[in-house]
Amino acid sequence: MAGVLRCFCLLVLLCAALPARASLEIEIIGAGERQIPIAVVPFAGEEKFAQSISTVVAADLARSGLFRLVDPAGRLPREPSEVVYADWAGADALVIGSVTEQINGRVAVKFRLLDTIKQVELTGQSVSARNSQLRAIAHRISDMIYEKLTGDAGVFSTRIAYVNRQGKINRLVVADSDGYGEQTVLTASEPIMSPAWSPDGSHLAYVTFEQGHAVVYVQSLLTNQRVTVANFSGSNSAPAWSPDGKQLAVVLTRDGGSHIYLVRPDGSGLRRLTFSGEIDTEPNFSPDGQSLLFTSDRGGSPQIYRMPADGGAAERLTFEGGNNFSPRHSPDGKSFTFAHLTNGSFYIATQDFETRQMQLLTEGGWEKKPSFAPNGKLILFASEAQGRGILSTVSSDGRVKQRMYPQTGDIREPVWGPFLKQ
Amino acid sequence: MKKIVIGFLLVNLLAACASQKPKEEPKAEVKPAPVVEAAKPAPAPAPAAVVAPAPAPAPVAVDPLNDPNSILAKRSTYYPFDVYVVQEADKPLVEAHAKYLSEHGNRKVRLEGNCDERGSNEYNLGLGQRRADGVKKMLQVGGAKDGQLETVSYGEEKPRQTCHEEKCWKENRRTDLNYR
Repeated sequence: MAGVLRCFCLLVLLCAALPARASLEIEIIGAGERQIPIAVVPFAGEEKFAQSISTVVAADLARSGLFRLVDPAGRLPREPSEVVYADWAGADALVIGSVTEQINGRVAVKFRLLDTIKQVELTGQSVSARNSQLRAIAHRISDMIYEKLTGDAGVFSTRIAYVNRQGKINRLVVADSDGYGEQTVLTASEPIMSPAWSPDGSHLAYVTFEQGHAVVYVQSLLTNQRVTVANFSGSNSAPAWSPDGKQLAVVLTRDGGSHIYLVRPDGSGLRRLTFSGEIDTEPNFSPDGQSLLFTSDRGGSPQIYRMPADGGAAERLTFEGGNNFSPRHSPDGKSFTFAHLTNGSFYIATQDFETRQMQLLTEGGWEKKPSFAPNGKLILFASEAQGRGILSTVSSDGRVKQRMYPQTGDIREPVWGPFLKQ
Repeated sequence: MKKIVIGFLLVNLLAACASQKPKEEPKAEVKPAPVVEAAKPAPAPAPAAVVAPAPAPAPVAVDPLNDPNSILAKRSTYYPFDVYVVQEADKPLVEAHAKYLSEHGNRKVRLEGNCDERGSNEYNLGLGQRRADGVKKMLQVGGAKDGQLETVSYGEEKPRQTCHEEKCWKENRRTDLNYR
């Protein structure tokens, strides 16, 4: 506990010291079953730059809940030859590196990850980048360290999308997974809902009420150009991408009731998939593209169902007391996460397809819209604290929780983006 | 105050009687719409004056929609949690609007379905749409024409009240009849 607290204090200090303006304040609760003690030594020469690499790496690793930061306590080895391994008995791993200015206005960043027990170098890299890319470089270093030491891909370089509502102003925002680098994709005086990343991370599908009713759009994050995908009478909503990016499942009410349709991202080729039930909504493709999870009230209360991606018989998956909403597959397709409503509280839950066991991951409150990080280790969701909508994450085993407080406004509708090809 | 109200009601009644005879269904396309109602000559309020010697109210607009005492002044239907069927208590209200719409073919109404926050916002978007569609169906049965009715759902996105308690939730589970 003291360790966690220390870790939290350190983080706050780190955040306060960071030169780039943080848009979110981050709080971590809990810790992984086994935390890897790691020391991140300040990189040689990084003090000359606006962005310190080692602080970003340290904050990333701490946020995952799987690492315990060991204070370098003034020791500053820059090269493996300068490391006295006996000095680092408290840490299993050690990160060292350097940042040097190059003649062409670029920066060379070098880092090494050392195993202090076996006294060997585990991995290392040297890259050249523009000065403005230092945060991105730091996240990539964090990803490499995370992958080397945990065996899972890191998600520090991925991005998230969410809606920030401040009074009547609604902004659709894309940010780094640590909340930095906010970029407003759309500003509207009407509600924005249900952002969904294209599988390659280049486009967002979303719903807005700019035209007085719910309409589905797809917008390029590169050009900001947007296309109307569905604007029929009634409500058009709940866009979900197929894994190949060639189809969107959407929900339309134009034929009475809420039903799931397939449509191409340019709005062509509309095809209806569901015919029964009063409300079928929130479709989500399985990673293999073969099936869809969705929410339906066909059994009397909102529950989660699964059906083939080209329509057909649906199977009910949730039976536990209360109502269940917003299903999303885990990246490996073996489980799904959803919002569980019981006794007036929302919980984030997962269910394994094989065992059909539901697991509650949170203590309950106003917790909605869960989505997996692309490595399947974390779940991002919307919650509330101090009367405001905030971002939260929970590790998929429920052990580590994180809250990110926006500087202004209410955060809603978060969704974790895919791995980006580098 | 009471007297004025009585007088006002009588004028309304008379106006209603008077307008029954010619049954002039105003063609929205031809006539400048809203002025028509007000332009109808109010009949001399002689008997009213006897009952209520208060100064006869000036010839007011006789559109019952604007009468705060009419059932038409009620413009919202309310629902229990996760229910979209128009409740018994609200049926007279919807029926009155159906009658009004059937008699005023140029009037249009937008039915706006809303929900409390206990659901996902996508599910609630569907639920709000069902609520609005349910009112639409009743209005059609009561004589309103399809072209007069438009439905929209705001789900839980535009709550009237924002607390996490039933006192707010019950205000948010509703369909608004928004005349345009």
